[in-house]
Amino acid sequence: MKKRGKAMSLVLHPTGNKGAGDPSQAAIALRPDGTFTLIIGTADLGQGSNTILRQFAADALDVPIENISVNNQAGNVAPICTGSFASRVTLIDPHAVVNAADDLKDKVVNWAAGMWEVAPEAVTWADNSVFVEGDEEKTMTMTEVGEGVVGSAELMIGTGAWYPAPFTEHDPETGAMESVGAISFGCAVVEVEVDTETGLIDVLSVIQVWELGKAVNPLTCKQQINGGLSVGLGFALAESCHPYYPDAAHAVEHLTDYYVPTFADYPAEISHGIEEVPHPAGVKGAKGFSEGSSTVPISAIISAVHDATGVWITEVPLTPEVVLKALEA
Amino acid sequence: MKSILSFSLNGAPVEVLVKTTDTLLDVLRESLGYTGAKRGCDAGDCGACTVIVDGLAIRACLAIALTMSGKEVVTIEGLGKQGDLHPLQKAFHQHGAHQCGFCTSGMIVSAKTLLDKIPNPSQDEIVEYMSGNICRCGTYVEVAEAIQAVSGGKE
Amino acid sequence: MTEYVGKPMPRYQGLGEVTGTATYVDDVQYPGMLYVKVLRSPVARGTVKGLDFSDTLKVPGVVGVLTADDIPGVNIYGVYGDQLVLNPQDLRYKGEPIAAVVGRDEDAAQAGVEAVKLDVEELTPVFDMFEAMKPDAPIVRPGTTSNLFEYDEQGTTTRIIKLGDVEAGLKEADHIVEGRYIEAIQDHAAMEPQVSVALIDDAGRLTIHTHSQCLNYHLAQLCPVFGLSQSKINYLGGRVGGGYGGKNEINCDHIAGLAALKFCAPVKYRLTRQEDLAYTGKRGAWVFDYKTGVMNDGRIVASHIKEYHDSGAYCGFSPYGTEKCGMFASGPYNIPNILIEANTIFTNRYPSISMRGYSVLNGQVAADVQMSRIAEKLGMDPWELRFINAWRDGDMGASRYVVDGVGALEAMKRAAGMAGIELPDKLLQMSSRSR
Repeated sequence: MKKRGKAMSLVLHPTGNKGAGDPSQAAIALRPDGTFTLIIGTADLGQGSNTILRQFAADALDVPIENISVNNQAGNVAPICTGSFASRVTLIDPHAVVNAADDLKDKVVNWAAGMWEVAPEAVTWADNSVFVEGDEEKTMTMTEVGEGVVGSAELMIGTGAWYPAPFTEHDPETGAMESVGAISFGCAVVEVEVDTETGLIDVLSVIQVWELGKAVNPLTCKQQINGGLSVGLGFALAESCHPYYPDAAHAVEHLTDYYVPTFADYPAEISHGIEEVPHPAGVKGAKGFSEGSSTVPISAIISAVHDATGVWITEVPLTPEVVLKALEA
Repeated sequence: MKSILSFSLNGAPVEVLVKTTDTLLDVLRESLGYTGAKRGCDAGDCGACTVIVDGLAIRACLAIALTMSGKEVVTIEGLGKQGDLHPLQKAFHQHGAHQCGFCTSGMIVSAKTLLDKIPNPSQDEIVEYMSGNICRCGTYVEVAEAIQAVSGGKE
Repeated sequence: MTEYVGKPMPRYQGLGEVTGTATYVDDVQYPGMLYVKVLRSPVARGTVKGLDFSDTLKVPGVVGVLTADDIPGVNIYGVYGDQLVLNPQDLRYKGEPIAAVVGRDEDAAQAGVEAVKLDVEELTPVFDMFEAMKPDAPIVRPGTTSNLFEYDEQGTTTRIIKLGDVEAGLKEADHIVEGRYIEAIQDHAAMEPQVSVALIDDAGRLTIHTHSQCLNYHLAQLCPVFGLSQSKINYLGGRVGGGYGGKNEINCDHIAGLAALKFCAPVKYRLTRQEDLAYTGKRGAWVFDYKTGVMNDGRIVASHIKEYHDSGAYCGFSPYGTEKCGMFASGPYNIPNILIEANTIFTNRYPSISMRGYSVLNGQVAADVQMSRIAEKLGMDPWELRFINAWRDGDMGASRYVVDGVGALEAMKRAAGMAGIELPDKLLQMSSRSR
């Protein structure tokens, strides 16, 4: 018999390392033609770090985004990024990028002030140019700035870093530890159909909402929310490297016996929602969230299976074998 | 033992020395330097190495290279290039149908043969046809959107 | 002012991905490149009694072998510095690297591996965390007396996180809900299998093409292995064909680098899908015991959580993960009395490492199913139970961190709206800004 059930879930996902100590750095170089290279040490795994850090850089410099190239493959001259893990990049790296932009702007403004023999405070950096307000003689496009900098034997590279806090240990007595990152929140509503004869679970629909501070790039947010389902559906329903855990026998060796969700396993109905509560620790309120999109469907699926069958199955994944055993018990 | 294999690659004739045990994927990637087709499993399970042979999508990792003699092979590199993108390549980029990008070549090649066969696929037809291509980033929603966007020659 | 932040934009380097021209590590080729295959432990626990390469060196196409003796620096790596690049002696898990064979192609290198005369004395392994905690269990880490990770010099094996008085809270509660949650081992299954390419560049530096997720951490681990300063290594990365935490672990860079240094040639070392699935680090298994005290009106007053994490044969990321899981295992809820007791246990498996949502995911799954079970017990709507208890700004989590910029209620309201669920006004009027 096929039984349907529906349930919701609420989970959190923290941004940044437990105990901090995870800095990032960035550099922005002004090119001789007035365009820019953003240099970071952040690996782009597909999550889109190059894409969003370029967005932050363009806004911080107030220049067209086409004028910024990103180099994150700089090998032994790369600035430090402790890594693309712990959903930390969106929270931490933008600070380094903004600081690098501010540093570059300072340097260029000081240089322009020297050229014009005015106080640096009189020079404005805006709209892809520098100028002295109200003085039409004293204005340079960024292209002119780039050329001028080369001509005056200068190299303009802004550098920036962000160190959220030094690493701290737990208090040994209570385990107390400040959380220096930010926390994002995910809520899912899931409908499943359980075949009580075969034990197969079909996830019919998933609604997933993330409160993520600021959707820096709604397209990459959508990819990450919908995409996290792969690891989440697999964890909930199919993936186990040792199916008879703790027994080590029957270890998986191929993608045919380790079943990763395919197109056909994705629910027919998927929708995502974004909620923004700006976080004080992030640039423009942004915080990381997207690893959590793998977390939030799992418990909703388990609860929906209970709604369908009246049985709590708390051994994950809910493979047909596990489901049938639980239903028979 | 090595033999000379002749076939058409992306419209141009090629000749290459191959071992009898070489797969088409070995020859494309290691001998000819066409690295668009990816080696994800070498067992036909993941679809990252999908290429088109005489109009059909196949797993290059399962095809013995010498059986390609005289055939027409098209890889992702043959579909389009920057500045002259295939509509599917453009749609994948615009709709965010790729994240890490490792499965993307195989995904687009499979989608091309789907649209060749069914110019206006339904969602169910897309899901069924594309189920041999695994995307661990889980970008299936966006892939389907990209395919829908160009189906029937819309884009 | 430009406003790019907030706008949907396609992937910056995406055109290379859709045209097949983006270069991933396995796409990198050099003339005369050599290939590595690794001799792995055939047993889950054992001692190497003999290692003879005489037949290996006779295999056509084999260039040479790499053993622990070839390591110019230290034979140690890992976040906790407890893993061996090549293990010549006390094998702790099936698939652990013992030595490597370098050949002109992968077939030759693999034939060389199969020609190694390896003599291993097999010992009884332990796979079950709860068996491993017993006093007479086989010891996973030679030279130690227990299979529990020690969190400090005093030998503390149970990491405690406590807030309030959990015993008093459970006593005060109208209801107690208990649950055990067992969560399996999950592989990252990135479509790009583990791979590395290493060579000596024109300045005599070791260049490594890597798919590391964390270049800086990995470089710091690799320098001591090679005995080289950071200025002698050009660690080229940035593009990753899927990581999900699996590329926070070094699987190939160290061995490829050692081979390039020894044979002074470009070297590629890549895992087959089978090797990647069977032998690399995974999201480890977790077992949780939850005991939650709740009042008739839905307020949760006590949460006692026991956490058991299977670390595998080395630390991997496990002691960190167990703590981080614990910090959040009571969920996004304001609970006055919390006690977390967390254990990290060694077994004869590949090490447990980070994976998407690492460690937090495991705790959240248990915590959230537990919430639904509490709602069932109280006969309360699951939404209402979560609304009542969800964090507001200024609330405190298990390890006494104060939360701000909270949005749990806001996420729930939107999700309910999208699902067509009409929440009662008293819930809709709640806000994360105040209680």
